[in-house]
Amino acid sequence: MTIAEDLPPGETGELIACPQCDALYHAEMPAAGERAVCHRCHTVLISPRRGAYARVIAMAVAVVILMVGATFFPFLQIRVAGLTNASSVFDAALAFVDGPMVALSAAVAALIVLIPVARAVMVIYVLGPLALDRRPFPRAVDVFRWSEELRPWSMAEIFVIGVAVALVKVSDLARVEYGPAFWMFAALVLVTVFQDGFMCRWTIWKALERKTES
Amino acid sequence: MESAGAQDGVMTAREAGLIACTRCTRVWPEGQARCARCGTPLVSRDPRSLQRVWAWLAVGVICYIPANLYPMLKTRTLFQSSDDTIIEGAIELASHGAVGIALVILIASVLIPIGKFLAIGFLAVSLGSDSRMSPGARHKLYELVEFIGRWSMIDVFVVAILSSLVQLSVVANINPGPAAITFAMSVIFTMLAAQSFDPRMIWDAEKRSAL
Repeated sequence: MTIAEDLPPGETGELIACPQCDALYHAEMPAAGERAVCHRCHTVLISPRRGAYARVIAMAVAVVILMVGATFFPFLQIRVAGLTNASSVFDAALAFVDGPMVALSAAVAALIVLIPVARAVMVIYVLGPLALDRRPFPRAVDVFRWSEELRPWSMAEIFVIGVAVALVKVSDLARVEYGPAFWMFAALVLVTVFQDGFMCRWTIWKALERKTES
Repeated sequence: MESAGAQDGVMTAREAGLIACTRCTRVWPEGQARCARCGTPLVSRDPRSLQRVWAWLAVGVICYIPANLYPMLKTRTLFQSSDDTIIEGAIELASHGAVGIALVILIASVLIPIGKFLAIGFLAVSLGSDSRMSPGARHKLYELVEFIGRWSMIDVFVVAILSSLVQLSVVANINPGPAAITFAMSVIFTMLAAQSFDPRMIWDAEKRSAL
């Protein structure tokens, strides 16, 4: 990647501008495993990986399956003085449902379950045809844009840290047991983190542009 | 313009008479309204973005006040009942020996939100005047704010987990307090404030002062 100093008139297709600081570059594909980084603010611009489509799709499928399990199976169970109570992730989201805090319930459900799943489904929808070298599905461009806009609002990994804190708080009150969903959710967070690391947005946008035109 | 561009060896899309898409990094001729590749509306620099930053930041700060005054967690056990605010909850944890976890809560719910208010305010103010902090450093600060802001939601999730898990009739009960919702709103509004900020303006200010 080189800094754009003199411009070929009328050709903007191979130029790339850093979204964070507006620096202009001639886009050049870095070697697999290497990354193109903005000289000025060090934002990663291009980071291609070999076989990335297939891997990202596989991980997105895993996220959907794990999330369905993690949401409805018992997540944690407590035992104190002969009384037990089990809670699923779904129950946690509904914790605020009584009284005036319904909106918070909806927000929590969206942040920890709905948005992560929606993003995984959208990624499958966008990348599926690209991986098979087919024409993208209708409105794939919009779907990918929405998926990217939702990225900061997907908070499953933060929820996991919240669980750790909650466990410490409860441990002197009662005995806590982990349900199957706990481990599913932990796996899900790892997969989500890797999935985001494998996606090169620039490559995907470029492929969508090329395949939609042809 | 050319000389300024040569100073750090970088030409910006705006100096080249182009307009960049901040979503997919494609550049277009000036005047185009929407990115033809990804559909994002194009703005070279949004003069109104600072107004949005201040507006979201203001509601964020306002929501943060009741979030600290009202209880976050209402605990009822056979022997005692207590309504804890965020800070009281952390102190209670520390008194039980869980100092590390108390620190996590204090950092996520007090240090990060207040640090974010100050950082966003500073970034917005520093655009208007010559700042002693270099654009590179201010850009790092912006990235830090963007990255770390979401983590303040920890305490809301802790309350959600505890209130759904600890429901053992008379023996022990935990329910959310009114601070849970105002705190969540404060986090969401400050995230929106950070997202409204256009970091490209950090670098523009430097060019202006270099001329």
